Amino acid sequence: MRDDNGLRTSASIAGIGLALGGAAFGAFLLNRRKGGSDDAPAYTRKSPPGEHAAIGRTVTIRKPRAELYTYWRDFNNLPKFMENLEAIRSHGETSTWVIKAPGGTTVDVVTKVTDDCENERIAWASTDQSDIATSGRVEFADAPGDRGTRVSLIMSYDPPGGAAGRALAKLFLREPEVQARHDLKRFKALMETGEITTSAHRKDQTREAKQQENG
Amino acid sequence: MKALTWHGTHDVRIDTVDDPEIINSRDAIIKITSTAICGSDLHLYDGVIPGVMPGDVLGHEFMGEVVEIGKDSTLKKGQRVVVPFTISCGGCFHCNIKQYSACENSNPAEKQDMSATLYGHPMAGLFGYSHLTGGYSGGQAEYVRVPYSDVGPIVVPDHLEDDKVLFLSDILPTGWMGAENAEIQPDDTVAVWGCGPVGLFAIQSAIVMGASKVIAIDHYPNRLKLAEQMGAETIDFRKTNVREALMEMSGGIGVDAVIDAVGMEAHGFAIDNMLDIAKQKVGIGADRAKALKQAILAVRPGGRVSIPGVYGGMTDKFPLGALMEKGLQVRSGQTHVQRYTKDLLEKIEDGTLDTTFMISHRLPLEDAPRGYKCFREEQNEWTKVVLKPDMETAR
Repeated sequence: MRDDNGLRTSASIAGIGLALGGAAFGAFLLNRRKGGSDDAPAYTRKSPPGEHAAIGRTVTIRKPRAELYTYWRDFNNLPKFMENLEAIRSHGETSTWVIKAPGGTTVDVVTKVTDDCENERIAWASTDQSDIATSGRVEFADAPGDRGTRVSLIMSYDPPGGAAGRALAKLFLREPEVQARHDLKRFKALMETGEITTSAHRKDQTREAKQQENG
Repeated sequence: MKALTWHGTHDVRIDTVDDPEIINSRDAIIKITSTAICGSDLHLYDGVIPGVMPGDVLGHEFMGEVVEIGKDSTLKKGQRVVVPFTISCGGCFHCNIKQYSACENSNPAEKQDMSATLYGHPMAGLFGYSHLTGGYSGGQAEYVRVPYSDVGPIVVPDHLEDDKVLFLSDILPTGWMGAENAEIQPDDTVAVWGCGPVGLFAIQSAIVMGASKVIAIDHYPNRLKLAEQMGAETIDFRKTNVREALMEMSGGIGVDAVIDAVGMEAHGFAIDNMLDIAKQKVGIGADRAKALKQAILAVRPGGRVSIPGVYGGMTDKFPLGALMEKGLQVRSGQTHVQRYTKDLLEKIEDGTLDTTFMISHRLPLEDAPRGYKCFREEQNEWTKVVLKPDMETAR
């Protein structure tokens, strides 16, 4: 179960992919929920509308909406469950997300909150000062009865430009969905159990420890 | 520490591996005093469960002494505990409605994809049972790390020896839930396929639940004898036409409920089963559901089908028509162990349930590879193997 370099690289690429977004993404997000003739979220359609790859995932978390919103809204908490987010530095209106990239390097993304409705949703997007373009959105809605809160993480992104970017496009189209799903499930575990589930046998075998070791 | 590790089909070894340590605050470390080889471990041994990796420590029926605790564990050092094979967080939707074996958090996020692809939903975490169920190190070892130790382990009183309470970890609640899923009514005739440990406990449970007659089906004389001792009538499927016999023994109505305690590696020499064996061997993945198919044909219209036996993939030629046309109810699943441990411990204490009768062999941990081999190849005599890490090897 040792991560080799190949695995690590694709995981890191996935991390960038998670954070990637296109300029036209904002408009898409506004319509992201219903896109067709049925009630299903647009990202579940067999042929997604528009040119932008859209991903989305919902989990139900047995905690009150306000508690989950508050935790997520403090972006300093995100690296605790977003595996490829190394650190977040807040500075007033914007915050810098330090994202792990292939080859042990990092990419800085300066993000700005584009929509914030207390206990309901938070949306963010990168600014021009960023190395890459990124945006995302998380929504919180009451689940029926005492089931807690439905939390949806929705992303849309363009593959990055340039030859290298095109070569990686395939990975970008596939991996961000996996990464987003895992990050969201880690968020659920952290909120419901107080810890990130691990099957490791020893501390130095956890994914976190291995990632630090691999730098 | 020493641990039983998987290296390939029919290749398990005692290796020296690192001791486990506390990682999360709800963890505990248990020093194993008794650990059993389960019939479902033989599916791993036979290589028919995907996602097992060389070096994985097996074992999901175990108990021992608490030797280390995280700051949020509710256990205390020195307590004797039995640990359920299902790992449950206690905080998610499924744990809240006591469907513990469907826990949404106990399988680490990055390990959930394989089982989610296979089954539509991820499986919960289980100890020592492949990376499909989390890749947790199992309890056929000297020590084990137990996550969410405030939810799963049950503290047992000192006057009850290990052999009496060990099976609370899996096979006793599994047999009990197998009988419960058959929704037994007082006048019922119940048929149980497979007189291995789970089948024997299902028989005992069905009788405790008030079934008027329980019929046990197997082909090993010694196992049929144990079923008879439990109060069951028996059918040897090698000698008797099972379906015809069940019709006669239930007065021509058919049995009211059937329990498949066999699972994916059913024995049988009919041509369809031999084909299934061939397909399983070349890896085109058909579960051998011989016992289940027979059970579905044998149960009366409107009857209940309970499946505690383990299946992992697909099966061919499933009698779906019989299921629909006879209006059968089917219930199955990995056991929600935590739901049953307290009540069953009381039934052990007051003598309602006997748990030691099936243990045929007690071995030191070092002899575990031999235990696997004999448990598989000499099923008539080797009915249940309990490993004791503290037992002297030289004998």
